[in-house]
Amino acid sequence: MSVIAILFPPLIAALLVCIPSRKGWASGVTVASSLVVLALATRMAWRIAEGGSFAGELGPGWDNWIAVDGLGALILLLIALVAATAAVYSVGYMAHGGLTPAKSKLYYANYNLFIFSMLAIPLLAEPTLVWIVVELTTLCSALLVSFENTREALEAAWKYVVLSLMGAGVALLGFLVLFAAMHAAGGGTYTWAGLVSAAPRMPPILLQTAFLLILIGLGTKVGLVPMHTWLPDAHSQAPSPVCALLSGIETTSILYVILRLFPVMQAVPAAHAQTWALVLGLISAGTAAFLLLQVSDYKRMFAFSTVEHMGIILTALGLGAAAADYGAMQQIVSHSVTKSFCFFAAGAVLLAVGTREIAAVRSLIRRSPFAGSALVFGGLAIAGAPPLAVFLSEFAILKAGLAQGHYVATGLLAAFIVIAFFGVMVHVNRMVFAPAENGAREADSPALPFSCRLVLIVAAVPVLVLGVYVPKPLHDLLAAAAAALTR
Amino acid sequence: MSDATRLLLENLNALAAGLFLLTAFGIVAMRQARACLHLFIAQSLLLAASAALLGMRFDSGHLYGVALVNLISKPIIVPWLLRKTSPAEIYTRREIDQALNIPTALLIALALAIGAYFLGIPLANAVGPEFRGPNVPIGIAGLLLGAFTLTVRREALSLLIGLLAMENGAFMAGISIARDLGMLVELAIATDGLIIVFIMGVLVRAVQKHVGTTAVGELASLREAAAKPAAEEVLL
Repeated sequence: MSVIAILFPPLIAALLVCIPSRKGWASGVTVASSLVVLALATRMAWRIAEGGSFAGELGPGWDNWIAVDGLGALILLLIALVAATAAVYSVGYMAHGGLTPAKSKLYYANYNLFIFSMLAIPLLAEPTLVWIVVELTTLCSALLVSFENTREALEAAWKYVVLSLMGAGVALLGFLVLFAAMHAAGGGTYTWAGLVSAAPRMPPILLQTAFLLILIGLGTKVGLVPMHTWLPDAHSQAPSPVCALLSGIETTSILYVILRLFPVMQAVPAAHAQTWALVLGLISAGTAAFLLLQVSDYKRMFAFSTVEHMGIILTALGLGAAAADYGAMQQIVSHSVTKSFCFFAAGAVLLAVGTREIAAVRSLIRRSPFAGSALVFGGLAIAGAPPLAVFLSEFAILKAGLAQGHYVATGLLAAFIVIAFFGVMVHVNRMVFAPAENGAREADSPALPFSCRLVLIVAAVPVLVLGVYVPKPLHDLLAAAAAALTR
Repeated sequence: MSDATRLLLENLNALAAGLFLLTAFGIVAMRQARACLHLFIAQSLLLAASAALLGMRFDSGHLYGVALVNLISKPIIVPWLLRKTSPAEIYTRREIDQALNIPTALLIALALAIGAYFLGIPLANAVGPEFRGPNVPIGIAGLLLGAFTLTVRREALSLLIGLLAMENGAFMAGISIARDLGMLVELAIATDGLIIVFIMGVLVRAVQKHVGTTAVGELASLREAAAKPAAEEVLL
């Protein structure tokens, strides 16, 4: 019971917010439910980190549908963490624009359904059901992306839905082929674990086709280049707390589904799954690093940085060493906590100045010292400055790459990381420190809502702490997650 | 089951699959939005027919279930949902300028179908020696042609139909290679298709209300602006 209990709070909250009530009811319910989810996810992750497991807990037969291992628990924990901070952030951020009750209902109902669909991804063990909840994440978040109903937001939402679903269609064929491969291998239960054990008997051509179809199909939703075109639009036009969810964890939880195939693919070394990951990862990281240099919208800048980080994680997996796998897991964690912080900071800047144009924002540190310092901190953190979380994980990946003798790939990756660093910091520096062009002191910005300030402070803690040391339970969880990536 | 019946069922299935491919071409080429919807309904009926025939051929109750789900959800519920959610205007729209003219689009579609054949045959053979029929190559062709429809169309309804046609294609292949997928999964996938129609219908309505068009493919204001002259900006 304890395993699926985590799915109920968001579902109940989605129903509760539809009850007409006082102002603040919907946001309050959402915050409460996301805190409960966070507590449950922490408990589960803790148990996995201590070496426990949830097998057989729900009774016989359930294991074919629901299973949590180290990798699943890690993703669950991250989803719960960002969902909770984004829910608290939403309270002040969304109220700022003056929500009508109908809009507030729409926002929070979709918010909770979106969280529900994401939580279901790491919990489900049956690949086709996972495919369905991946579709649900797109569908539940579409109306959140289009929430502001501007021309741009609608365009972004439309692109997001069409391209994600197009990718999902390709992935569906991949999952069906995977099922056929299972059948050809003599059957067995169609679960992630069942796939791993049946993999050596599967016809390699089926396995390889399925892997490529799923990599391309779901890679669209992860934002891998060249299927990334929708990502900067959707991740910049949505309201900032939604951007934090989309960029911080949605991409990661879809990537998780691709990760599940790596242990399966190791049964067929001739399929070169790791080479595919390495090449796609490097292309994504490289393209995004150069695109970062020419963005004109600071939310798009962070969105491109998401493409870059997905590329880094995939590259790390392609390096194919235990240390690199651990680094990839660490990178998943540091990216989630840091990128969500970045979008919270970007939201604070947006509230302070009212524009997304980088060129229109100058001397932010005078106009809104709080938003300005948050943006600098977020920029440094996501670009990978020491001693922050992303630096530590990127360093671990590069170190593992060199130890493996992948000098070219590691060198390229390091170069892309450096370019991306400059790309982010040039823009952030100009926005925060460059004097305003006309020289006149600009009007003071409105004060940030309390909940936004609170979240900015709380969300900065893991970014700082994970940069100096990884606590023992988290280390155990990361190790368990990395272990799930090999047979 | 006698050999003659078996052969008859296989041939009928091949006929249904062939017509399925034809409707996929039609969806690429048809300009009238309503005609696209009708072709899609015909395609779903053919998919259901193929599932039922294969169900008879292999005596598989599960495939009858697939046929039933397709029979109910796509020809009946999808048009109903569209009427409920999206503006009536989407039916009457005609696309005057597509990204490609129709003969070019059909030529590329033909190339895709041939490519699908060469991709599909080895896949079907790898699954096992028993009868697979033309479902795998034609399913892959349906998937690719649906994706191609998405790239050449601009109108909301044609794009939605393109997405659903992709899913039909995946299923066409699925009913022959993944015959016992489980009813829960089939039902969930059918429901998912309906949610797609609902959400996209709501989006189209919002686009029409706030932007004043249903040609969503023509929305293109979001892109990287050309690098602005940075001469007057202070570099730190």
